[in-house]
Amino acid sequence: MDIRAQLSMSFNLDKCIGCHTCSVSCKNVWTSRQGAEYMWWNNVETKPGAGYPLTWEDQERYRGGWEVVDGTLRLKLIKDNKLRTLASIFFQPNLPTIDDYYEPFTYDYQNLFNAPAGDDQPVARPKSLITGEFMEKIVLGPNWDDDFGGSPLYATNDPNLKNLSDSQKECLTKFHKLFYFYVPRICNHCLNPACVAACPSGAIYKRGEDGIVLIDQKTCRAWRFCISACPYKKPFYNWATGKSEKCIFCYPRTETGQANACGHACTGRIRTVGALFYDAERIEETAKLSDDKLVEGLRSIVLDPSDPKVIEAARNAGIEDNWIAAAQRSPAYNLFKKWRLSLPSHPEFRTLAMNFYVPPLSPILHQVKADKGGLFDPETDGFFTELENMRVPVKYLANLFTAGNESLVVESLKKQMAVRMWARMKRVGDISESEVKNALSQSGLTAQDAEDIYRLNTIATFKERFVIPETHRESKTTIDPRSMYEKRGTIGFGFKTKEVIGRQW
Amino acid sequence: MDKLLFGALPYVLLAVGIVGAIYRYNSNRFTWSTQSSQFLENRTLFFGSFPWHYGIITILLAHFVGFLIPSSVLAWNSVPVRLYIFEASGLALGFLALFGLLALIYRRLTNSRAKAVTTGWDALLLIVLLIQVVTGLMNAMLYRWGSNWYAASAAPWMWSVIKLNPEVEYVASLPLFTKVHIFNAMLIVCLIPFTRLVHLFVINIYKYLVRPYQVVRWYSRDPKTENVVQYK
Ligand code: HEM
Ligand code: SF4
Ligand code: SF4
Repeated sequence: MDIRAQLSMSFNLDKCIGCHTCSVSCKNVWTSRQGAEYMWWNNVETKPGAGYPLTWEDQERYRGGWEVVDGTLRLKLIKDNKLRTLASIFFQPNLPTIDDYYEPFTYDYQNLFNAPAGDDQPVARPKSLITGEFMEKIVLGPNWDDDFGGSPLYATNDPNLKNLSDSQKECLTKFHKLFYFYVPRICNHCLNPACVAACPSGAIYKRGEDGIVLIDQKTCRAWRFCISACPYKKPFYNWATGKSEKCIFCYPRTETGQANACGHACTGRIRTVGALFYDAERIEETAKLSDDKLVEGLRSIVLDPSDPKVIEAARNAGIEDNWIAAAQRSPAYNLFKKWRLSLPSHPEFRTLAMNFYVPPLSPILHQVKADKGGLFDPETDGFFTELENMRVPVKYLANLFTAGNESLVVESLKKQMAVRMWARMKRVGDISESEVKNALSQSGLTAQDAEDIYRLNTIATFKERFVIPETHRESKTTIDPRSMYEKRGTIGFGFKTKEVIGRQW
Repeated sequence: MDKLLFGALPYVLLAVGIVGAIYRYNSNRFTWSTQSSQFLENRTLFFGSFPWHYGIITILLAHFVGFLIPSSVLAWNSVPVRLYIFEASGLALGFLALFGLLALIYRRLTNSRAKAVTTGWDALLLIVLLIQVVTGLMNAMLYRWGSNWYAASAAPWMWSVIKLNPEVEYVASLPLFTKVHIFNAMLIVCLIPFTRLVHLFVINIYKYLVRPYQVVRWYSRDPKTENVVQYK
């Protein structure tokens, strides 16, 4: 057993209201610079939808992630032949371009003040932030297809709609049946990261202590293979500095026990962060599992932090006690493994993503009920037998979160519903206790579980939602603690030389 | 004049190039990048970057071989058929590179996004490289069997420069185009630290071929011994 620690974020999609506060926080803190305007290390997309960059999930086009061929795990991008990397280094056929994201723009606000007097109101025309030229028309922007905007153009191209029947696809188009939800996305800080594997410079690395995947800005040479290889399209190319950048899991904050900017800002309180222990020895075998077994495999290499054997192994591996204590209270562990509520995004990409999503509940579609005004009564209407009538088809969620394995999605949805019934019994009291007991046991939860899940998802305090152990970087060998003390409150992180914005030469 | 251009200036240019590159690597490694602009424009780039690099890299390698082991080039060329094949493929690759370079220049002149990320150094580099490729092709076409006389004149001159005893006679009698080609080559070396040409030094790529896929770094462990670990 090679036990390592990993910070992991969980997103409860049932609660995401699509307000983009997370995206804006991240942008304000990390990417409001030249060359990074178009980057959203955290973005929120409407699903079904084409996403950001457009159709990022379509690996026929981008060739991101891994595939298993004849029992070996190989990078889709180069088919396990590193010479392919060298041959395509001068021009990469699978690289997305700025047009797949959007051309960053501002408006010519000055014109509102300076325009000469005339017959017409002056307008602020859009101006490209790259070329500085006026843009005829803005054709794409951040969250362009938000809330189904332009869905015939964008959402119908969602790769997750494959294998869905026409009637299931009506959640996209039919007015009465319409339903969508939001998926916030950050880098997954994967266990088997394709970005790391593809980098010819070895500039990208996973940190042993907390699993955060970072790009060494001084080693990156703009070969841009990480961008093509990451199936989630979460490394971004800074066109001004000629370096790739990505979500850093706010490591300067998490190292000191603070919550990530995106998670901290979340108004819906959908996010929780905690530590996971995993067995690094079994990464490869897990990534090779067949599609339907991937999520279970991932659950099995995440180790139980309360198991004495695991605790001992963790101590031997040099994991500090505050990490072990944090892992035992970890919301990520509880949601993913203990309660089996959360699921990874697109496990079939086989990077072993380490952020997890609780799939959203959506109303049951029932013609009769729709006629009555669409109200759903969990006790009489038998939620547990009607999942297939949900507005968001289970198949769609399965394509998104379980590589097509519907039973895992159903399990999570049933548990969520059981917890709702339990809470309703407690609060309102119009559901009988036997009914609730039945629902809980059917979905495999105890009353205590229901209480804990309810608490975590509703009234949990900040400290319960963000259980982030400090790493005490100042005491680590590679940094001189005296210099840490001297730098406190001065230039902060980054280079010691002058601040680098845009291209330097 | 020849003494200045081929006896003294080489040292200045090469020293600026080499010392400058080392200085930039150590002082400002953040800027060490290909400055790829494929992200902004990737249609014309395909017709530029591919032919340019495949052409120029092979030709550079050939120059290098001729410089290191001139006698074996002469030996290879002693059979006419082999000489023809060598020269013809050199010429073809030269035109390939020229085509690519022209496409790159066209792209930087016409595409507004590529233009936005073009600095003066970029433009200078492209011009200097164009001069280099054109004069190289002129040499190949006007003065037959360059691979032979390169091995017999330019290579010994380069060696004499390295031995700190420049023998200008080797190049003094060469035609003008060839002199421009040679001088311009040193100018290119001199430009390395100031331009994206730093991307020629891609030592990391060799590491890539032998390293395991995954890279793990531990900030709490000695970076020299434990930085790169395989997962398996
Ligand atoms: C050693 C192997 C080399 C590699 C791996 C390499 C790689 C690259 C890459 C990735 C780019 C960026 C292309 C883009 O915009 O996406 C580039 C650009 C460029 N390279 Fe190389 N290169 C190599 C050798 C050379 C050589 C030998 C020369 C010429 C002496 C050269 C001259 C250039 C120039 C002038 C550009 C800029 C093209 C433009 O205008 O956009 N490269 N190279
Ligand atoms: S999500 Fe992409 S960028 Fe992040 S670790 Fe995984 S492969 Fe790398
Ligand atoms: S963890 Fe930090 S860097 Fe990553 S998306 Fe959230 S705010 Fe941005």
